[in-house]
Amino acid sequence: MIESHLPAYIALTFVLFSVLIPAFGLWRSELSQPLAVLGSGIAAAFSVYGFINYLNEGSIRYFFGGWEPPVGIEFVYDGLAGFFVLVINVVSFFVLIHSHHIAKREFPGKEMPYYALAMLMMLGFNGMILTGDLFNLYVFLEIASLSGYALIAIGEKQAPYAAFRYLIIGTAGGTLYLLGVGFLYTVTGTLNIIDMAAMLPMLYESNAVFAALILMIVGIGVKAALFPMHGWLPDSYTYASSVSTALIAPIGTKVAAYILFRVILWLFGLEITDAIAPLSYIVGVLACIGILYGSIMAIAQTEMKRMLAYSSVSQIGYIIMGLSLANPWGFAGALLHVLNHAIMKACLFMISGQMRLKEGHSDISRFDDSYRKKYPWTMASFSIAAISMIGLPPLAGFFSKWYLALGTIDNSNWLFLAVILISSLLNAVYFFRVLEKVYMMDPDKGQKEPKDGERNEPSASMLWPTGILAVSLIVIGFANAVIVGILLNIFPM
Amino acid sequence: MDLSLVPLLAILVSLVAVVPIMLSSAKPNLREFWTILAAVIKFGLVLTLLPVALQGDSVELHLVDLAPGIPLALKADPLGVYFAVIASGLWIFTSFYSIGYVRGAGEIKQTRYFASFAVCLSATIGIAFSANLITFLLFYEMLTVATYPLVIHNEKKEAINAGRKYLAFTLTAGLLLVAASALVYHYTGTLDFTPGGVFTDVELPHTAMLLLFILFLGAVGVKAGVMPIHGWLPAAMAAPTPVSALLHAVAVVKSGVFAITRVVGYVFGVDVMGDYGLNDILIVLAGFTIIVASLIAFAQDNLKRRLAYSTVGHLSYIVLGVALLTPTGMTGGIMHIAAHATMKITLFFCAGAIYVNLHRTEISNLDGIAKVMPWTMGAFVIGSMGLAGIPPINGFFSKWTLALGSLEGDMIIPVIILVVSGILNVGYFFPIIYRAYFKPGKGLEKYGEASPLMVVPIVITATLSVLFGLFPNLFFGFYDLAVDISLSLFNTAAP
Repeated sequence: MIESHLPAYIALTFVLFSVLIPAFGLWRSELSQPLAVLGSGIAAAFSVYGFINYLNEGSIRYFFGGWEPPVGIEFVYDGLAGFFVLVINVVSFFVLIHSHHIAKREFPGKEMPYYALAMLMMLGFNGMILTGDLFNLYVFLEIASLSGYALIAIGEKQAPYAAFRYLIIGTAGGTLYLLGVGFLYTVTGTLNIIDMAAMLPMLYESNAVFAALILMIVGIGVKAALFPMHGWLPDSYTYASSVSTALIAPIGTKVAAYILFRVILWLFGLEITDAIAPLSYIVGVLACIGILYGSIMAIAQTEMKRMLAYSSVSQIGYIIMGLSLANPWGFAGALLHVLNHAIMKACLFMISGQMRLKEGHSDISRFDDSYRKKYPWTMASFSIAAISMIGLPPLAGFFSKWYLALGTIDNSNWLFLAVILISSLLNAVYFFRVLEKVYMMDPDKGQKEPKDGERNEPSASMLWPTGILAVSLIVIGFANAVIVGILLNIFPM
Repeated sequence: MDLSLVPLLAILVSLVAVVPIMLSSAKPNLREFWTILAAVIKFGLVLTLLPVALQGDSVELHLVDLAPGIPLALKADPLGVYFAVIASGLWIFTSFYSIGYVRGAGEIKQTRYFASFAVCLSATIGIAFSANLITFLLFYEMLTVATYPLVIHNEKKEAINAGRKYLAFTLTAGLLLVAASALVYHYTGTLDFTPGGVFTDVELPHTAMLLLFILFLGAVGVKAGVMPIHGWLPAAMAAPTPVSALLHAVAVVKSGVFAITRVVGYVFGVDVMGDYGLNDILIVLAGFTIIVASLIAFAQDNLKRRLAYSTVGHLSYIVLGVALLTPTGMTGGIMHIAAHATMKITLFFCAGAIYVNLHRTEISNLDGIAKVMPWTMGAFVIGSMGLAGIPPINGFFSKWTLALGSLEGDMIIPVIILVVSGILNVGYFFPIIYRAYFKPGKGLEKYGEASPLMVVPIVITATLSVLFGLFPNLFFGFYDLAVDISLSLFNTAAP
């Protein structure tokens, strides 16, 4: 009976491969990457199967060793968890395939520790999503974070400093979360999310619960890079190796956003969240500021990875804004954006890695129109992902904004609607700037003739993953009605 | 015969043609063959829908759901077919003309040019056949993106700046359309274009309706060149002339006025427009645009810029006709879509022929050119006099209908605006004709008429302008079609 053990299998796959990779990697270092691809491929297959199983059979509560809570450990494979697991495992599968050559070039000889850490981090992420227990969640959070710090530290000269900064801020965030869990434990006597959710309505307007909620939102907000707790993100993403960024950026902050979803909508529920102060609205306003701030900062950047990093700050804002709306459309828009943004950002960061591999830099001001000849397919993928980021139909990015817009209107929240629209324009500014550089002559530099260039595309192991992700944005665009239909059913209220 | 797939095929044919166009970039003649082939097939497909439209029926096709309950749906209704016939028919002439133009002017990246053009036409036909706002939005944004490479085509500083300006205007407009559509969906639960509007059962506060209408106006008014949001249009004259001719006189800007017709007649409905007084805003803006654009046109020495401001003015004739909310006014507005298309495309073709042949762009340099380019300038006279409203050219007929329409609504000021604007039109076109025919030219000895690939389309479009003026029903029953469309919008109250 594979279905009933599925939640455990997904996590155990990563445990297994985080051990296998050092074992084989010490013998033959070049085996690390294929093993990591295999591991994440198996996990992705389990996730796909699990999600289909969820659609047919409903949620699974899995008790490790048959011990029921509060004694044992519980994994919950419901719609929300299944969806997030599916997104992060499938996207990271493509990222890991793509990483082969860039990893070899950017940190030769360190592939084994890199891929072993990547498996550990994926274990942490999957565990955070699947666990049904708030303390366990903290443990997985620390597994993911510690391996994340190490992955970010592999990179440029400034990377260890950026990682150290992230470590300090991230640990503070984790600790705040743990404090919040402690508060909740003292008043409810349980750590199990489902049990606790049943008890919290009796503690309506309790100050301890309110304090716990704020501590958890702030603590996880750090991990999600929710404005103004985003300070660690731009440096980490810029200076880390391209493969680390491509792996962490599309999914890392999403998993933190998942915890916010779980805590606010499932554990507390909107009523308790807003019982003492309109917390959900405050979170939404922070998200809005983050959206605008991230977009404006992205416009100011000339380095592609840094620009994309600020763009991530902005895009995570969409997801959290959708959460704060707490209505079906906003929820569906936010979750659809989790999927879309994971694909778009993975594709874009992978391309920035390719540029570093082929050109030795990813500085937009040094791009020129020979790239359209040198990298026709890469640039086509970039264009699709960029246009999707701007949010033009029929690409996937448009539809998440459409549902978010419907959500803001249902709440009569005109401020948030305006922010969504303005930020789309700002996105257009920083992405069309790149497209201009790549596809057009630069009259400011006195260029009179289009530049020619030899075809210099990277190998198939890089072209295919970026291409498939780009094409999937078109497919998701046309198939979004199906996805959103499923997501609307997941909405808890 | 089952026609339900025809609207889809008509959209797809030029989109599919992009592939052979790109693949044959090394063989220009083969590449242009694909363009012509796609243009002819597209026009043929659109024509098969015409008999249905003349009977007042529609061909509908539902594809996938784009969002829960909102399908990607096509509906070739009479108004859509009317617009599609104009756009796809004129694309054939523009294709031939383009070949002469880009080769004569030695343009760079010609493959990108023809490929983008094909995508633009797909988007335009898509706009014509959209059955609901979200399908419309999809093609509207597609048109924006596909026109951008054409605007920046020569990649000089001016063109790139024009491209940025173009995107800033049109992307903002697209976002306003997203917001407006989402609001319509929120209030009414539907996004379908319905004759008579979707607000018949919904009561909204006056301010809410007003704000919603202003959102729509911002969204579609940009492409329709309604002042004060017309700024991209003169800037976009940096594009090659065939682009200005087909896109900035026919496809893109007419998509804008077409969209205004859709919004007025099929989203709000004429009754709601009148009840909430929304049409007054349109009349004031259109009247203002007609007069001011004509005045600005006087100040332009660059021929294409003068034509651009003339376009801005004439687009508002159509907006005005729609805003009058009388059947005859609506008919006149719809007729002017076709009339202005044939005349203005002729004028832009002439400007392009002069540029390629003589390398002259400024009106002050056009002295005596009628001697060397008699056919081109003859067509120019027909086009410009038609725009000024002189019979028997088709501009007169649509203007006459517009004037009748405003009298039908007991409105005098629109009539005065039309007359004044006619005089202004004569005023800014006559100096060009005077210079070309009556001033002695310099340095013209070694030049003759432009290439036949350009002159023949010019003569044909000019002839079309005259024939449409004399016999409005000669081709495709256009006048009857326009009357049917406008009546269908006014008789919805009756069960």
